[in-house]
Amino acid sequence: MENYTELLKQDIRFKEGLNACMNCGVCTAICPAAEFYTYDPRKVIDMVQSGDNDAIGELLRSDTIWYCGECMSCKTRCPRGNTPGLVIMALRTLSQKTGLFAESEKGRQQFAIKRTVGENIFRYGYCVASYAVNPDMHPEQGPIWEYILNHTHDVFERLGGKIDEYGTGPLRRIPEDARDELKKIFEVTGGTRFFESIEEHSRKKATELGLEFKDEGTDNEYFIEVYTANNGKHTS
Amino acid sequence: MENEGKKRVWSEYQKEIADDHFFYVRSCIRQSFFPGSEQFFLDFMRNGLGKDVFENPSHTTCTGIGYHGDIVPIETIMTVVARHFALMKESGYKNIAISCVTSFGIYTEILETWKHFPEQLERTREFLFKATGREFDVPENMAHTSDIIYKFRDEIASRAKYRLINHQTGEPLKVVEHIGCHYSKMFPKHGVGGAEFPRVLSGMAEAWGGEIIDYPERRHCCGFGFRQYLVQANRGYSVSNTAKKFASMEPYKPDFILTNCPGCNMFMDKWQYTIREMEGVTFGPSGDSIPVLTYEELAGLVLGYNPWNLGLQYHMVQSEPLLRKMGVEFDPEDKYKTKDGVQMPIPRNLINC
Repeated sequence: MENYTELLKQDIRFKEGLNACMNCGVCTAICPAAEFYTYDPRKVIDMVQSGDNDAIGELLRSDTIWYCGECMSCKTRCPRGNTPGLVIMALRTLSQKTGLFAESEKGRQQFAIKRTVGENIFRYGYCVASYAVNPDMHPEQGPIWEYILNHTHDVFERLGGKIDEYGTGPLRRIPEDARDELKKIFEVTGGTRFFESIEEHSRKKATELGLEFKDEGTDNEYFIEVYTANNGKHTS
Repeated sequence: MENEGKKRVWSEYQKEIADDHFFYVRSCIRQSFFPGSEQFFLDFMRNGLGKDVFENPSHTTCTGIGYHGDIVPIETIMTVVARHFALMKESGYKNIAISCVTSFGIYTEILETWKHFPEQLERTREFLFKATGREFDVPENMAHTSDIIYKFRDEIASRAKYRLINHQTGEPLKVVEHIGCHYSKMFPKHGVGGAEFPRVLSGMAEAWGGEIIDYPERRHCCGFGFRQYLVQANRGYSVSNTAKKFASMEPYKPDFILTNCPGCNMFMDKWQYTIREMEGVTFGPSGDSIPVLTYEELAGLVLGYNPWNLGLQYHMVQSEPLLRKMGVEFDPEDKYKTKDGVQMPIPRNLINC
């Protein structure tokens, strides 16, 4: 078995995020996730600090590490200068590198984020762009959103938007050479390999679950499953 | 001596904000949901104050939503941000103005990381050069665009056409301000007033005549939670956190909510619609909902900009109750027209209509 603590120590966020925790629980008191999920960052930090490799392995394949919203309110309040949110980020990264993310319902959702936000980055040069926010996937956006998408050109033109135009301005088209540079940065820094790891482990899990998997897009059974599945066991 | 000590203590909560010559980087969410806000900022800065604000068409997302969605490695986002610094250097600027609070948090995290781990800065230089052939300098001054509006808040007050005063009663309007977690909870020294006394929005609202409401959940997260909203199965987290804030502010009868972060603005607007649909619950007076404005939209209203050129009609919660309280003159017929004045269809089922 891999030594998870040693792997975590290679992540600067782990080094920054965990000095010596005295288990006071202030992080849990301030945590929005702890209020609505069965989640206790104090326990997560205690477990990681213990260095118990089996216990950390269980964390990496659990739903637990995926409950945090990364608001980082814990950073402001920890009396020992720890940041549980940064430790969570290091755990999530390791869970994806090792493939263990695919073993939990919440972890499997990384595939949905990669196929939406992740691919928007290369396709458009934006993480989020109005035309990529599909009302069917976002009913909470309400009727104004559908209206805006149906009248995009007129709406954006009045507000200074430059949809589909090169140059400056809101939602301008990002030049191809700029998007190419983004791709090269991902290749050089390990971002592309990270995306590939999410894809590979998700494909394996889809096969294991007997769900249809396609190499692109969101119109496949596995995407729909991970995007919508909620077993109702995440709150107490 | 006593004064020196006080100055030293409070200096930690103050922030130096550049006066001119900004390299402007846009926000994925602000330009998608509130493009009129970004355009107001540029118009006011350039044409209202005569400042130099430069936008390089080649700048991209910072990948911050991907980073906090945990699909973008830290080495990758550091290099993407370094590319923005390279574009700034190549364009001849040293002061960066950031439109997005998530990006602002990313930039502060990266600059602090480079200070604590100088080898990461050198590694990022190598990554960027290998990928793009570009080189960069760290900015001399870094501001969120709200910091800049805060800096010029008295100038705006001196030019105000409308104030945050109920023009029928003469009472100050009650303002809920929401800073956004990543503005100063992570690295307080980069925010005006730090994490304990965030002043960036309250300073604006008070300068323009409003009264700030202090309510129990004032500093609670808006509920975005990145993956907790991006994935449909998790949105109960997001709406529950926002509902907690609404329930906490409701007894104080706010006239509007003022936000720093475009994501927070979108959630506090859209979740009011969702909660109304789900449970029939509203948080404003007489069954109304509470208008949610960006600081640019508010500054624009105060200065007398046409609310429909700011984009207020494209929120779910419509702002007419606030416009009437402020005494803003507006043309209802102009609300859904194109830039050239052609009538568009009227959207249905919006709130506060």
